[in-house]
Amino acid sequence: MSDPGRRFSGLLLALAAALVAAAASLAVGTRTVPLDEVVRAFTDYAATDDHIVVRDLRLPRMWLGIAVGAALAVSGALVQTLTRNPLAEPGILGVTAGASFAILLATALWQADAQAAQLVAAAVGALAATAVVYAVGGSSPLRLVLAGVALSAVLGGLGLGIRLALPDVFDDYRFWSVGSLAGRDQVPLELPLLVIAVGLAAALLLVPPLDAMLLGDEVAHTQGTRVARTRTITLVVLTVLAAAATAIAGPILFVGLIVPHLVRRLTAGSVGWLLAYCVVLGPVLILVSDVVARLLLPTGEVPVAVVTAFVGGPVLIWVVRRYGAVDP
Amino acid sequence: MRSVLGQPGGPRLVVGCVGIVVTGLLVAFVTLMHGATWSTPGETLAGLLGHGEQTFVITRWRAPQVSAALVFGAALGLSGAVFQNLTRNPLGSPDIIGLEASAFTGALVVTACLSGTAAQVATGSVVAGLAAAVVVYALARKGGFSGMRLVVIGIAVNAMVTATNQWLVIRADLEVAMATTAWSAGSLNGTDWHDVRLPFALIAALAVGLALSARTMHQAALGDDLATTSGVRLGPHRLALVVLGVGCTATVTAVAGPISFVALAAPQIGRRITGSAGVPLLPAALTGALLLAASDLLAQTLTRPVPLPVGMITTAVGGAYLIWLLVMEVRKR
Repeated sequence: MSDPGRRFSGLLLALAAALVAAAASLAVGTRTVPLDEVVRAFTDYAATDDHIVVRDLRLPRMWLGIAVGAALAVSGALVQTLTRNPLAEPGILGVTAGASFAILLATALWQADAQAAQLVAAAVGALAATAVVYAVGGSSPLRLVLAGVALSAVLGGLGLGIRLALPDVFDDYRFWSVGSLAGRDQVPLELPLLVIAVGLAAALLLVPPLDAMLLGDEVAHTQGTRVARTRTITLVVLTVLAAAATAIAGPILFVGLIVPHLVRRLTAGSVGWLLAYCVVLGPVLILVSDVVARLLLPTGEVPVAVVTAFVGGPVLIWVVRRYGAVDP
Repeated sequence: MRSVLGQPGGPRLVVGCVGIVVTGLLVAFVTLMHGATWSTPGETLAGLLGHGEQTFVITRWRAPQVSAALVFGAALGLSGAVFQNLTRNPLGSPDIIGLEASAFTGALVVTACLSGTAAQVATGSVVAGLAAAVVVYALARKGGFSGMRLVVIGIAVNAMVTATNQWLVIRADLEVAMATTAWSAGSLNGTDWHDVRLPFALIAALAVGLALSARTMHQAALGDDLATTSGVRLGPHRLALVVLGVGCTATVTAVAGPISFVALAAPQIGRRITGSAGVPLLPAALTGALLLAASDLLAQTLTRPVPLPVGMITTAVGGAYLIWLLVMEVRKR
């Protein structure tokens, strides 16, 4: 089961899936572009309509999907590892709700539509939500889920109120507020992508101490791991990753739950492998969901979060049934 | 009293219920006074009794919405109490475990496909709500029945169904979508007598059915073994309760959209006010009426002159209440 060869070939398979998903996200849409034309858009650019669609509209969206998927999946893997709670996920725990509410609030109060300001607001909101949910939920896995659901409800209601009260300010947020990759093509991507890249790199550095902590805090401590510090840094990293993903794509739930559980058996006992798979398969999930979202409504856009919620529901049910009665 | 509540009613129960009713009527009266300009209490009272110049405004425009808030709130409270008793868990209420969202799916589908009448929409939402109840229950029973597992599975079903609803609303034409956006947030704004006649009759019938099965429900809530030894046939009894409970939630949802968290909060608040041991029905219904009437007053006055959908208020307030509930539970340990 824990054969490194199997893990390696599995990862190659996952990479192949990522390539297929990326190609599909470039080719499929209202205007279907044949694959050879997609390739030619990069090798032999001729500014035809197809080429423009692929390079100017779909390519940024693909990068966006990859970044958001990797960030959310790694964030979910980190929070599950940290809390040893199979149900933990930034969306379920209210972290993304905190981030999106903070962005709405900042925009309403200070017209903060600069990207850096939104990222900061998202991070602050996500951290605050994490703190509240953990203060309320304590150590019980199920109570954490409930606290997250409750906080998401409160923030969702207040956010909807803000949007209804100031419809002009939030016209652009119609798609963002339900979690979507649509309508973000014109937004510069450098800063959020950079934040996510830094977050992913930081997650890599956390692998050895987290691996040690899998054996228990005391064992890790005797091996020279600073447990408290690792916990804090992990919490910050996973929150920033979730916040950055939310800042560009809006609240998307369940990605951080689905992906780690798909590879849980294959990567059992190794945080490094878990994160590697998450970085590859998170984007696959988001890109495929985004392609499905485009197909579901050819004339317009179904937010990608609608698709991930629909896929994520069954996974949550499966996890709950598999791990039995997770009583408080 | 004993037969309705299924358990002995002490003086605190009576005092608590009277207190809730009086507060609820006060809130309703204040809501009746609210309009483009506030009416004085004297004018409102005169209007209610059928004389004075504001009679028309008060009895035709304001009264339907206020009575809808009271009756629908009571129905939601009843439905919440039923499911919290069935799942033996304060979180197992129809808005958390996805029944309300499913009822709304039924209403949306019927509206979109059949451009249905009120009766068709109500039927659609009841059928969809029952289907969701069956699915959640079937998924939750695996090697014994756990209330907590049912709640989290219900949350998952709720997420899927809510996603479907969003898709349906987005798919609808833009003009329809604008109307359904208020509806999908749960709203009582613009209710008139014509809208509420059928739901009121349905809810009255369901309430009578629930009052008749209340005693058995409380026996069953004590545990399967005890209930069986005291002669309760659990299968048919549970089925009847599920149908009645879903009926309450779905009837409200078909007219007003999904109004979340009243069903969650009302039974628990009512239980605490009246100091009851189980989750009794009457305090739940009365508290539900009070909660929804108060939320509707807030929704109408917070952003005057534009009214908010009441579901937004109940979501925010009810979510805060749920957090408080969890905090208290942690403190107790």
